[in-house]
Amino acid sequence: MTERELSVQDVRHIAKLSRLAPDDATVEAMRSTLSSILGHIAKLSTIDVAGAEPMAHPLSITNRLDADVPGPTLSIDLVLLNAPAKVDRFLAVPKVLDEGGA
Amino acid sequence: MNTQTHACDGLAAIAQSVRSGAVTATARVEACLTRIEARGAELHAFNEVLASDARAAAARVDAAIQRGENPGSLAGVILAIKDNIATTIGHTTCSSRFLENYRSPFDATVIGRLQSQGAIVIGKTNLDEFAMGSSTENSAFGATRNPWDSSRVPGGSSGGSAAAVSASFCDAALGSDTGGSIRQPASLCGCVGFKPTYGRVSRYGLVAFGSSLDQIGPFARDVRGCAELFEAMAGRDPLDSTTADLEVPDCLTQLDEPLRGLRVGIPREYRSEANAPSVARVLEDAISAYQSLGATIVDVELPLTDIGISTYYVIAPAEASSNLARFDGIRYGKRAEMSAGDGLEELYAKSRSEGFGPEVQRRIMLGTYVLSSGYYDAYYNRALQVRRQIREEFDHAFTKCDVLLGPTSPIPAFEIGGKSDPWAMYLCDVYTVNTNIAGIPGISLNAGFAQEGGATLPIGMQLQAPAFSEALLLRAARMLEIARPPCYPA
Repeated sequence: MTERELSVQDVRHIAKLSRLAPDDATVEAMRSTLSSILGHIAKLSTIDVAGAEPMAHPLSITNRLDADVPGPTLSIDLVLLNAPAKVDRFLAVPKVLDEGGA
Repeated sequence: MNTQTHACDGLAAIAQSVRSGAVTATARVEACLTRIEARGAELHAFNEVLASDARAAAARVDAAIQRGENPGSLAGVILAIKDNIATTIGHTTCSSRFLENYRSPFDATVIGRLQSQGAIVIGKTNLDEFAMGSSTENSAFGATRNPWDSSRVPGGSSGGSAAAVSASFCDAALGSDTGGSIRQPASLCGCVGFKPTYGRVSRYGLVAFGSSLDQIGPFARDVRGCAELFEAMAGRDPLDSTTADLEVPDCLTQLDEPLRGLRVGIPREYRSEANAPSVARVLEDAISAYQSLGATIVDVELPLTDIGISTYYVIAPAEASSNLARFDGIRYGKRAEMSAGDGLEELYAKSRSEGFGPEVQRRIMLGTYVLSSGYYDAYYNRALQVRRQIREEFDHAFTKCDVLLGPTSPIPAFEIGGKSDPWAMYLCDVYTVNTNIAGIPGISLNAGFAQEGGATLPIGMQLQAPAFSEALLLRAARMLEIARPPCYPA
């Protein structure tokens, strides 16, 4: 982990991965604040972590399997109440496939 | 400000007065609505006051009592719910433009459990957008203000719930705590806020922020009220596979009995020079209070206290960047206007950029960065290794003491707009984030006051205990509450 200033290109790349579309002013503001935050976070490199098992979760749990029995579900009408765009019983989205696409 | 000392008789006393007919649930709802009418606009604790739903629920409770039925252990108790907990009544906005019009088609498990005991929801409370913040200033709908001094923040992210309880807009409230979001606002508003052990309370219906850190918990005006809400909503939930399959302990029967031989650990790092003088004074006063109650004070060390913020600001944004990927403008929430030639990618990016505020976008990008190829090991994996060490440090401390005592926040409530640098804001949570990182329970309760700029500001103390030892933690907190009875704005 090395302390370094993010570039405008770095921020645009992170934004693309984040599915965000910041304008130029936002990119510059993000570059400055994210660089500053990463500078503080770099203190993690001062900790000796040799032998420490990464801990992704506080509980020692294993996956629990339920019996495969259908239960009550929300109705399609109820679920579609919040849809920003729909056609009949379906969510409407922009075209995903090109003409002739499979 | 005029204040009055609080009797600390919990919520069961309210329910008993409703069941006995001494007061109706309807009259209690009207009294809360009157208080909200008087100070609601000033404090902006609520995103939405659900007056007609609350009146209807109260009428159902009163009708059940008229029929000779028992509406439950929380009959007529009036609750405010943080607006990131799903309710079929009203909206569930997370204080985000993205979900401004979202109505949940289902109730969170905790809502169903509390309503089944006769509790009444009076409104949805303001928060930092998606629970990301420590002041409730990050709400897309405007900041909440502190009931003790409305020029100051209530803390956050559950600032609306804390303010609503302290201003007597409700009897109790629910919040969520990912890095201190229940305990810190409880401290700044002078009420009691309790984060249970990770896995003790179902997260089903809580809009996810950091899934290995998030926990729902109660706010109340006394420890007993928190214990009562905790017992009513805790326990395994088939709809949340991370709920622990453990019996919920009886936290109430012995709550008022002081613990004999209690060992109270004081981490050296919690007596930091970064603490405001008033906070340092209240800590020493709380230590004296425990000593006078016969507790043994034990000096302990938690050297990784300060690195907690860096650890947290890798893990929590990493989890958030993944969790918030669901907000894509397809199934619910904000969908941006499209331009000619825009496809799905543009729809996602435009909808998210228009729907999320600056702090949420900052955390999504930070989390995306620390998880990205080339940086994962240096940031995320390393933070998980430090997380293990923080947990082991707590485990070691708890071999020497039963509970840990320290300040909840290094400073009392600060002025609105007083912290513009994100890292300065993040440091408000230095004493609370490691509780979530380790997954242990923590509680904040008022233990004194500061005088600042002509205002009286409450100062909370935090107690932490080993995982799943909530009964011990609540009893230890009750001891301090008996020694330092709370008071609230009249």
